[in-house]
Amino acid sequence: MALSIALAALQVLMVLVGAPLVIGAMRQVRARLEGRRGGGLGQPWRDLRKLFRKQQITPEGTTVVFRAAPFILLGSTLLIAAIIPVVSLGSPLDSSGDFVAVVGLLFLGTVALALAALDTGTAFGGMGSSRQMTVVALVEPTILLVLFTLSLRVHSANLAAIAGGTLENPAQAFSLGRVLAFASLVIVIIAETGRLPVDNPATHLELTMIHEAMTLEYAGPRLGLVEWASGMRLTVLLVLLANLFFPWGVAPASPGAVQILIAVAAIAAKVAILAMALSVGETFLAKLRLFRVPELLAGSFLLGILAVTASSFLPAAGR
Amino acid sequence: MKRRLADAPAEAPARPRVTTSVTPGAPRGSRAPVASGAATAALGVLGVVVGLRAVFGAPLHASIGWLVPFAGLRIDLDPLGGAFMALTGAVAAAVGVFAIGYARREHWARFPLVMLPVFVLTLLVVPAAGSVTTFLFAWEAMALTSLALVLTEHHRDEVRSAGLFYSVLTQLGFVAILVALATLSSASGSGSLAGIHAAADGLSPALRSGVFLLTVVGFGSKAGLLPLHAWLPRAHPEAPSPVSALMSAAMVNLGVYGIIRIDVQVLGGGPRWWGTTLMVVGAASAVFGVLQASVSADLKRLLAYSTTENMGLIAMAIGASMLLGASGLPSVAAIALAAALVHLVAHAAFKALGFLAAGSVLAGTGLRDLDRLGGLARRMPYTTTLFGIAALGATGLPLGAGFVGEWLLLQSLIHTPQGDNTLLSLVMPLSVGALALTTGLGIVAMVKAFGIGFLARPRSEGAERAREGSPTMLVGMAIAAIGCVVVAVAPAALGPALTRVASTLPSVGGGQGPELGAMLRLPGAAGSVSPVVLAAALAVSVALVFLLVRWGAGARPAAAVRPLWAGGGPALTPRMQYTATSFAEPLQRVFDDVLRPETDVAVTHVAESRYLIEKITFSTAQADALEERLYWPVVRAVAAAARGVRKAHTGSIHLYLLFGAIGLLVAIVVGR
Repeated sequence: MALSIALAALQVLMVLVGAPLVIGAMRQVRARLEGRRGGGLGQPWRDLRKLFRKQQITPEGTTVVFRAAPFILLGSTLLIAAIIPVVSLGSPLDSSGDFVAVVGLLFLGTVALALAALDTGTAFGGMGSSRQMTVVALVEPTILLVLFTLSLRVHSANLAAIAGGTLENPAQAFSLGRVLAFASLVIVIIAETGRLPVDNPATHLELTMIHEAMTLEYAGPRLGLVEWASGMRLTVLLVLLANLFFPWGVAPASPGAVQILIAVAAIAAKVAILAMALSVGETFLAKLRLFRVPELLAGSFLLGILAVTASSFLPAAGR
Repeated sequence: MKRRLADAPAEAPARPRVTTSVTPGAPRGSRAPVASGAATAALGVLGVVVGLRAVFGAPLHASIGWLVPFAGLRIDLDPLGGAFMALTGAVAAAVGVFAIGYARREHWARFPLVMLPVFVLTLLVVPAAGSVTTFLFAWEAMALTSLALVLTEHHRDEVRSAGLFYSVLTQLGFVAILVALATLSSASGSGSLAGIHAAADGLSPALRSGVFLLTVVGFGSKAGLLPLHAWLPRAHPEAPSPVSALMSAAMVNLGVYGIIRIDVQVLGGGPRWWGTTLMVVGAASAVFGVLQASVSADLKRLLAYSTTENMGLIAMAIGASMLLGASGLPSVAAIALAAALVHLVAHAAFKALGFLAAGSVLAGTGLRDLDRLGGLARRMPYTTTLFGIAALGATGLPLGAGFVGEWLLLQSLIHTPQGDNTLLSLVMPLSVGALALTTGLGIVAMVKAFGIGFLARPRSEGAERAREGSPTMLVGMAIAAIGCVVVAVAPAALGPALTRVASTLPSVGGGQGPELGAMLRLPGAAGSVSPVVLAAALAVSVALVFLLVRWGAGARPAAAVRPLWAGGGPALTPRMQYTATSFAEPLQRVFDDVLRPETDVAVTHVAESRYLIEKITFSTAQADALEERLYWPVVRAVAAAARGVRKAHTGSIHLYLLFGAIGLLVAIVVGR
């Protein structure tokens, strides 16, 4: 028990420390591909340090919803980092929160930020919030469908069981349902974390922005929390993508020291590869028109339904 | 519901307050609202006590011969009926306390004050009815008293139109129920539900299926399921808010009760297509309801469509349990049944709270149009908090009341074995898709209701002058909020009652149901979740974030309050904010094909020149697409037929005598 709690703390710490590095790596890859030098791997950390030393500014007329949202956003993400199998399958919270709860927590944070944006009462806040919720309306069902597909095989919704099931039975890792689910999850991760082609994290152009429009009134430490949480949400989703589809390297429920070291190295490598692949992909994409985005998301939702149906109809394949 | 945006004056005048002050009502400070509210609440508490006694104790039987002519009143209260009675009673207790303050503020006349407890009484009798006649009598009494209450503000056109819709659809449903129960009663030769149950196995399959379809239509109309749902988004918004709460949180439940009682308990389940039919109806209702809710700009209409959504989910869960039970999977069927019952309780709690909070807003501002609300968080902090609890419950996110029921439903779908059964392999994935889409859109609808209606800055004078509800209103809402919190964090409290109810439904609840403790577990299957641990862990991690922000605090200048960024221009005005309509516009665009909004842009030119524009009028209307395509053709056909018949009505007495003679001849020829 003490070990599993320590491992959960390690997972939270890894996500906390690693998230800005993931963002830094993605920016660096992109900068190099575009022929720039880039700010370096540690630039997001330096940005955070700067933000946390700035003055706390509260916009006039906002309520407690605006002030509390960054805490709920970051707090829910930390909790997800403790629940999901990042390093080991033996999180003490695994039995308390299955994938439905994890998806719920993820969107609890999204809802908090969307409400904070509405709370400011500005046109930008409403715009960002409205667009974000339109995206959520299609992303949330798709994530549920994808994770449902994975849970069908193991007859359990708990994430450790899903990852463990693939470890025991590697042949089924590449079944039709899982391939469809993988494609679908990649699309919704891009949409949920506001990456290209759905949203451009590096722009402040009112015609296109989603996430930036919501955070426009935040400044100083609160902006730091929001930025940090956004990075962590991307990291956590990449970890889920890595460890649910390719769980090799994850330590079992009560691991030894070597297994933990291997697991830490494995997840760092997997997330780094996925983040770089995402970044390379982004470099070659233009942003979609806002009203084409729902078509993309509806497509991923249909992929999700196909994935569930395929897994449900072809249970013997790959077994 | 036409709304004009562009040509509205800069400061929209507040709409006249919606009150009944024109009717000679109870004088201010009179005892009548207290008496009415107290009677309602007392009946509610009585319902809770009697209902719980029936759930955990021996079944209650009573028979009063003289009360209803010929048939008498027969009461048989088993754990199933007791659970519904207790739930109704709990809702009525909260509503009764709320109604004291609300009736005073809105100057209710005597008639609704008298009808409110009577309505609650009929609601309590329906689940206790032991015979077909008692059931039908109580059902019709419930329909009539609720109609009278819907028509409380009958001087408004919308209310009268809603009343017409409600009475037509509820009577159509009643006809279906009447035919179904009369058929059952005559075929089995017994007037009591227990007697029909005993003879149910001997009935012909065709008759059983006919009864099933009629009950799905009849009880479905009361539960707000498609296609007879159209009364719900009209009658619930137009009724006074305590009545809306009773209708949406207690009366619609009885539609579900009817389906469970007749199809699952009395008939003992049926072939697999029964469950599949119910799942299809439920899934369609859920998706359609939530879609309409997410584009609705009227707070109470939004809540009413959300009722259709949640009743759809419950019907889906009952259908799943019937399908699984008929497929020989009792333990999974028991999970689906538990999902239906838990979600029923959760929905009653958060929807009662939602409608009561909407009533508090209506009493405090005179508004229920989200496009004119806003800024209530500062002026009505308690109502805002309480509505927030209700909205969180309706989203189905963790820590909300709706989470546990939706979790159980998903689990029952996960634990359905696939592959060997084509029907299950097809139905279950599509149900998951419908459920997932419903939760996603449900989040949007509730963020809109809370974010636009309660946060930001007031969009009209009425919202600016909002005042907090009276103490009794707040207490009434707090009772419902406690219900929400209990279901969200400690669903274990429902566990014992659930086991007792499942024991009365052997066809679906025969397997061991889920274990609702601090940790929700499923029997013989992996999978667990613990709302209370999640809540505690979230509190810990938010506290951890408070530690994180101390980083760099030493170097930080003192905190300050500054104006909002106005894009470099002069200060922002409230009219620059997003409204509910604009918030939902992208979604409306995405689901254009289903929603079919009517948008109209009219450009008026200056008289002297075509090139100068005087004003642009933009209006948009969101009609119920299903209603347009399903109801109006029928209404038009009936009207056309009536016009045809009218041709024969010339007023000539000879012609009428001829008709009579022909009729008599036909009767004689046929009768021979």
